[in-house]
Amino acid sequence: MTRAVAAEAARLTALFEGQGARHVDADILLSAETLLDLYGEDIRGRAYLTTDPFGGEMVLRPDFTVPVVQMHMNSEADPARYTYAGRVFRKQENDPSRPREAMQVGFEVFDGSDPAGADATVFAAVADALAGFPVRAATGDIGILMAAVAGLKTSDTRKAALMRHLWRPRKFRALLDRFGGRVPAAPSRVALLSTADPLADAAPTIGLRSRDEVQTRIDALRADAATAPISGDEMALIDAILGLDDSCPHVLSNLRDIAVDLPAIDGAVSAFAARLDALSDKGVDVDALAFEGSYGRTSLEYYDGFVFGFYAAADHQMPPVATGGRYDALTARLGAGRAVPAVGGVVRPDLLVTLRGNV
Amino acid sequence: MLKLGVPSKGRLMDKTFAWFGDRGVSLRKSGSDREYAGAVDGIDGVELVLLSAGEIPRELAAGRIHLGVTGSDLIREKLAAWETRVHTIAPMGFGGADLIIAVPQAWVDVETLDDLDAAAAAFRAAHGFRMRIATKYHRLVREFLRDNGVADYQLIDSQGATEGTVKNETAEAIADITSTGETLRANGLKILGDGLIHASQATLFRGRRDGWTDAQRVTLKELESLLGV
Repeated sequence: MTRAVAAEAARLTALFEGQGARHVDADILLSAETLLDLYGEDIRGRAYLTTDPFGGEMVLRPDFTVPVVQMHMNSEADPARYTYAGRVFRKQENDPSRPREAMQVGFEVFDGSDPAGADATVFAAVADALAGFPVRAATGDIGILMAAVAGLKTSDTRKAALMRHLWRPRKFRALLDRFGGRVPAAPSRVALLSTADPLADAAPTIGLRSRDEVQTRIDALRADAATAPISGDEMALIDAILGLDDSCPHVLSNLRDIAVDLPAIDGAVSAFAARLDALSDKGVDVDALAFEGSYGRTSLEYYDGFVFGFYAAADHQMPPVATGGRYDALTARLGAGRAVPAVGGVVRPDLLVTLRGNV
Repeated sequence: MLKLGVPSKGRLMDKTFAWFGDRGVSLRKSGSDREYAGAVDGIDGVELVLLSAGEIPRELAAGRIHLGVTGSDLIREKLAAWETRVHTIAPMGFGGADLIIAVPQAWVDVETLDDLDAAAAAFRAAHGFRMRIATKYHRLVREFLRDNGVADYQLIDSQGATEGTVKNETAEAIADITSTGETLRANGLKILGDGLIHASQATLFRGRRDGWTDAQRVTLKELESLLGV
């Protein structure tokens, strides 16, 4: 780490401490179990895994969020604010020119009392830290899409399948098209369901997946085949949400129009409006703030509400200078039932140094 | 000298020797049958290096050999961003095998990757762990399943007798190489309709030419013209 990056990291840390954050640290070598549990095998393509003779699979921390959440869940502190500074490690499987390690300085707020206020606190703190740098902000809200999916007039099974693939846009689209009757069922599916008892001539069961489990899925497939397609109107509403791309106030007015036909998103839209007010109160110019309906869906599956990123205005190749968002569901999964609403963001001091050099 | 890496034993070696021989380049083991030294006739400036097929990708990428014959599956599995590190000179038309995903025949509800994904989600909910897929092709399988939106699975390393892992209850499904599918069927497994990950065959590859001498470049041209590739 160069002196300039260290100085930049110290400046960011001081700013976040000024917001009442306590400085915390995390191990570099973490148990891989939690990340594998959360993200599955994909994490092997994105992080460095190794084995400990006693601790099993370990990972070089790909970010601070998981260890900081674990630390918080084990403490009694509530509400709490944390800041941290250190390296994160990312395996590059396709592009050797991308950095394998980078400095991050983060700011995390665990506070359920005022979600809009907490969102605004984190965004404004990061925006202030970047004041004067040639960056542009992008924002989104995954909570709106989740509320829209939850409100669809279709089976819970279909909603659960869509929700499970919310962070895999291509698969989400394929599922939506199938549930909306836009693409026909696979021939193998049609053949299966046209058989009265598909298990009658089935080969003997081998392995752990039992005959009952196969039968359960056949029953679910029959029920799904009997479920009416998601209506064209509802499909269009989902498309409208995913296609949102405008300044925040315009998006708010679009969302209010959409909510007339999809009242399930009322709560999420109110939360969005409250966030805009809170951001304004913090001095953020929301009239100029961009919002994209699909933003934040391809990152790791942390974020389930407000999401944001800051990008170098003149350098489209540069990775985001800062990213963040709300991850309530993550705290619920890591907290073994105890959830603490949380929002946070990280800044890359090394990229800020580069930007200073380019100015 | 241009170093040509060739699998050091078995049918892959024999067929490679025959493929080159048909094109006027004679490759043979020199010395005793147990010795891994080779000789080349029909062209000057080419040295035969006998290696394990699995090590040829690494040696090519490192520049320790200049040309190599190995399975296209091994190149893709062992070299990240393989297209940027080796160049395909010629598929050789033998050693064909498909890397596929197979599940128990008893899973009458699973014929596609979408089915596999849905079954994996239900399996995890019922059993408390991610569905296990046994393979030795970790990178290829992981990238294939990611691109096809399959989640809630885990890869279990299996370096041999992979078809038996389901019956032995150490995996629920497998991803393995097959040529006729005979072993799969004998073990109660079936291939998913869209479960072809890669159709592999023996292929002649060249490493990157950074640092090659003019003589090596000339030898390669001469060899390529002899081989008609």
